[in-house]
Amino acid sequence: MTILRAMLARELRLALRGGGDVLTLVLFFVIVGAIVPFAVGPDRALLARIAPGIVWIAAFLAMLLGLDRLFRPDHDDGSLILLRQSELPLSMVIAAKLIVHWLVSAVPLIIASPFLAVLLSMEGEALWRTILSLLLGTPALAAFGAIGAAVTVSIRRGGLIAPILIAPLSIPVLIFGTGSITATQSSAAMLFLAALSLMAVALAPFAAALAISSAED
Amino acid sequence: MSIETAPKLNWWNRIANPGQFVIWTKPLLWPLVIVTAVLFVVGLYFAFFNSPQDYQMGDTVRIMYVHVPNAWLSQFVYGVMTVSAVGTLVWRHPMADVSMKAAAPLGALFTALALFTGSLWGRPTWGTFWEWDGRMTSTLVLLFIYLGLIALWRAFDDQLRAARVIAVFTLVGAINIPIIKFSVDWWSTLHQPASVFRADGPRMPGSILTPLFVMFFAFTFLFITLQLKAMHTEVKRRRVIGLQRRMAQGDRA
Repeated sequence: MTILRAMLARELRLALRGGGDVLTLVLFFVIVGAIVPFAVGPDRALLARIAPGIVWIAAFLAMLLGLDRLFRPDHDDGSLILLRQSELPLSMVIAAKLIVHWLVSAVPLIIASPFLAVLLSMEGEALWRTILSLLLGTPALAAFGAIGAAVTVSIRRGGLIAPILIAPLSIPVLIFGTGSITATQSSAAMLFLAALSLMAVALAPFAAALAISSAED
Repeated sequence: MSIETAPKLNWWNRIANPGQFVIWTKPLLWPLVIVTAVLFVVGLYFAFFNSPQDYQMGDTVRIMYVHVPNAWLSQFVYGVMTVSAVGTLVWRHPMADVSMKAAAPLGALFTALALFTGSLWGRPTWGTFWEWDGRMTSTLVLLFIYLGLIALWRAFDDQLRAARVIAVFTLVGAINIPIIKFSVDWWSTLHQPASVFRADGPRMPGSILTPLFVMFFAFTFLFITLQLKAMHTEVKRRRVIGLQRRMAQGDRA
């Protein structure tokens, strides 16, 4: 338990002291969302209708952006090999990384999402549902992202190929994510989203650990 | 362990040697080609000349004889890859990762053909080339997974290491297969539900079912033939790479 706590503290410290990464992600998220009205025209009725999809696309892209720092720095400086020798199983190390990755790349987006939602003409209940659906769905995005990052960590130009692998896996998250904002049965979609997140977060550390350990030996 | 007490190689271990595998399976290749060709001739004859028109769809129903086998293979090939991935991870069987690599482009091709023939069939009967219906969407996702796996194979330099990593991702991607199979039951939007493999027997008359089954086997044998040939090619490619590497090292020494 103390090792796990130390691992969490290490990851958090690395993520927060690494410069303006968190701010960059939030800016990227808001800018991607805010660029859409320029492309489709500032029609408020249309924007309100497609806003849930825009918010989710922006969140999906912003989560992809932060993936490369999940394993790559540790792989490059050799700490990943040391972490594999640790008393803590590799899957738990990855679980700790996953938690911190979610804290530094998803929570800021969720905090920023009301601003984006207002820009996209969302109001009242839809706004709350947006925040709640992001809160429930982003853990699944982070988990799939961890699998993709683990699979591509030993490839030199893996940063480009990971999004191609992750996107097909993330489609259900996007479906139920936007569904839980717009659809008439939004609570059912929310439950599905929560189930997806629970399942993905429970299984991803093991899949990612298997991928990393088979790439290294 | 002396020679006498060493366990005899069984067929499983023997085909683990790539060279032995090629020697053992090479005689199968030509018979498989002949069987495939015969099945295609018979199947196409039935499909074009000896099966009735549909009372609603007319001649376009004949697209089914190409579409259904391709759609079936798009899932079956992924099944082969999943089994191979287990073989790679659990037994580290050398031929399993060759089979996994050889199957990916074939699966992508069959999936693309299933989508293509499906949209050709959908235009006259449903009035649209494409609809975001459950089964079509999940088949498109399957195509993306195949293409992602091919891209992943090409990105790795070391193919032996690549195999185990890709096996992990293949298993993760296998979640999509049951979604495709049951998508027509879960979201009944446009694509018709299963009508051949049903618990209460197929829902088609024999005159349509016969050519469908013949084409079904024709395409499956086509896959087996191509898969075997692709595996032989992959074994040879690895041998060439190994020789080139040894030659390069020899030059340096």
